[in-house]
Amino acid sequence: MLKVLKNRLEQGNRTSKYPKVPINLYNRYRGLPQINPDCDSATIKACATACPQEAIDASSCKIDLGKCVFCGQCETQSKGEFVKFTQNFEMGVANKNDLLTGGSLPALAEHSKKHFKKLFGRSLQLRQISAAGCNACEADTNVLNTPFFDLSRFGIQFVASPRHADGIHVTGPISRNMHAATITTFEAVPSPKVVIASGSCAISGGPFYGSDDIIGDLNSIIPVDLYIPGCPPHPITTLHALLKYFK
Amino acid sequence: MANLLQINNGETVQRSLIPHLAFADFRSELLTFANNGGQVVQFFGYEDDGVLKFLAVLRNEALFVVGCDEPESYQSLTTETEKFHMFEREIAEQYGVKPEGHPWLRMVRYHENYRGKEDVFGNDYKKEDIPGNYEYFPVEGDVIHEVAVGPVHAGIIEPGHFRFQCIGETVLHLEIQLGYQHRGIEKLLPSVPSVRRPIVIEGIAGDTAIGHSLCFSQAVESLASIKVDEGAKTIRVIALELERIANHVGDLGALSGDVAFNPPAAFFGRLRGEFLNLLLTLCGNRFGKSLVRPGGVTQVMGEEQKKIIRDKIRETRPELEHVCDLLFSEPTVRARFETTGTVPYEQAEKLGLVGYAGRASGLAYDARVAFPTECYADLTANTNEKAVGDVFCRANVRREEIMHSLDLIEKLVQKDGETANDPTFDYKLAPSSFVVSVNEGWRGEISHCILTDQDGAITRYKVKDPSFHNWTGLAMSLRNEGISDFPLCNKSFNLSYCGFDL
Ligand code: SF4
Ligand code: SF4
Repeated sequence: MLKVLKNRLEQGNRTSKYPKVPINLYNRYRGLPQINPDCDSATIKACATACPQEAIDASSCKIDLGKCVFCGQCETQSKGEFVKFTQNFEMGVANKNDLLTGGSLPALAEHSKKHFKKLFGRSLQLRQISAAGCNACEADTNVLNTPFFDLSRFGIQFVASPRHADGIHVTGPISRNMHAATITTFEAVPSPKVVIASGSCAISGGPFYGSDDIIGDLNSIIPVDLYIPGCPPHPITTLHALLKYFK
Repeated sequence: MANLLQINNGETVQRSLIPHLAFADFRSELLTFANNGGQVVQFFGYEDDGVLKFLAVLRNEALFVVGCDEPESYQSLTTETEKFHMFEREIAEQYGVKPEGHPWLRMVRYHENYRGKEDVFGNDYKKEDIPGNYEYFPVEGDVIHEVAVGPVHAGIIEPGHFRFQCIGETVLHLEIQLGYQHRGIEKLLPSVPSVRRPIVIEGIAGDTAIGHSLCFSQAVESLASIKVDEGAKTIRVIALELERIANHVGDLGALSGDVAFNPPAAFFGRLRGEFLNLLLTLCGNRFGKSLVRPGGVTQVMGEEQKKIIRDKIRETRPELEHVCDLLFSEPTVRARFETTGTVPYEQAEKLGLVGYAGRASGLAYDARVAFPTECYADLTANTNEKAVGDVFCRANVRREEIMHSLDLIEKLVQKDGETANDPTFDYKLAPSSFVVSVNEGWRGEISHCILTDQDGAITRYKVKDPSFHNWTGLAMSLRNEGISDFPLCNKSFNLSYCGFDL
């Protein structure tokens, strides 16, 4: 018991004051990109060619955050001339089209469906579905339950059964082998329900786009309400999106 | 062993130099090797001008490679040693070749084979969803019952199906069926442009992004004769060790949670985050994605990053020691950890367990020591005190490795010298060549093989995550255990579903 108390004292209280107090991420973190459309077209083209995810549309000078894995290659390639990543982690969106961005995103709070706020604003229970992918998305979702983020203080919980849930939170590109289980789990959630696609995989197939063995876009099999980009999304990106969309 | 070619880790060899045996000789060569304490690093099929061939990479104190022409069906090697069990199933599924007499020939990942041959298991993947659709190991009797879990589990974890055959509370056998995460990675890798390969590789298993990208980068560097500077090697090793610490710390937290000892569960959970944040400090991603690339690393480690790492280690080391002490000295925890889920040495050897799971059972093998890459040859090795193969030992090995890794990183950040960051996507691979790269990822031995054709294009990319060996270890650890000890056994192994499913 004494050891427990000693450790407790040493550990102290580590829960983040977010969202009351802002969080600053280290300057190497890559959040919302800043895009310079006036950059010379050769550089823009070179970035588009160098992008492993084919996420850059050179003609409109836009990046598809649903495909992007935030590898930073475009920034290096253009020496920051065309793309510069900011430390802004607020990247959740309600419409898939908004992910194709010139550097700004609509405020999520205004785009959320008002009845979702009324229904789930005080208490939101989610069933997580891990549908292939690399498990980093799951790991950084789990982190929300550690003392630092302490998700449950916001009345949001991940639950064991779809029957207890208000919606699903899906990660991974939905392998062919997880197709049936994903649909079955979704159907087991009572209506009205909400669907969240988290991470580049669930939005676009992520690193695995084009593989015969995946579906690659959750929205093509279940209508998605909230998109959280990243590979994986930083836990604070997820937390921000959940709070803005439902609170 | 006259018929085997000895090779070095990460060394490019001409394919024509690899002994190509008749199948009967190949078979007996492999069996002799495996029955004399040797282990299988890789054993896989590949197509060469429309002809199916086999290749095996073996290890004892050294690495060896040998190949053969494949008969359309063959006498299974598993009947004589367990070491080939999973490899033969994988080949059967990927190429439609039957190992006759295989004692448990079942699907691995549920997919069509690469050659359009008739499916060995009689499945038609065009018609229906097959996962989970097969006959599990049958156990019958009035007092026998089965517990079936998954594919979607209760927590935020990857999908898989676990079937426990129980008599009362005691588990007679646990059958683990995976494959739900199959994304077709081995098929994808040769077909995508070189800029995409590192991204796909980092998606093999996110918690091992550094380990797998290291194997990939070393293989490509060898085939393309790319030199990597010392500074980049240092950063790569620091990253690999940070990955190891973060995962071990997280698992100790999960183990605390599974015995309902909440304070250390919370403390370890928070501490894990500190190490993920150090990876972010190095490269902008908490899992180390985007850092390691053929040619070196994408970002340098300057004084600023070194200081952050040094300070964080100084701050967390005593905390880690104290929380470990809290967990490991608690009698009720020891009562749950000790003698639970034991995989004895002989069994571990037969199954070819790797990594901490192997070391906890007394198999000393550590790829960092046996086949050192990067700057591991200059670093001290870790040794483990107690190794009887139970949950306690698998947890304790983690504690010892965390402390060892902290030492290594502290030493490495003292090194002077800046790094050139010179990753490359524009390379030409040596034609008609073969390479295998082996590293000790946090779960154990990771290896990648690349075969190139006469134009230097990749004809076969073979990935092996340590989990490929160790899932069977988890199944064995459950025999005659109480079913309520499953979470403990499971967490003490903490295997990768996606790394296995590929
Ligand atoms: S950061 Fe995104 S847009 Fe830029 S190269 Fe990587 S994947 Fe493409
Ligand atoms: S989006 Fe990225 S991090 Fe998430 S599962 Fe896919 S590959 Fe892994």
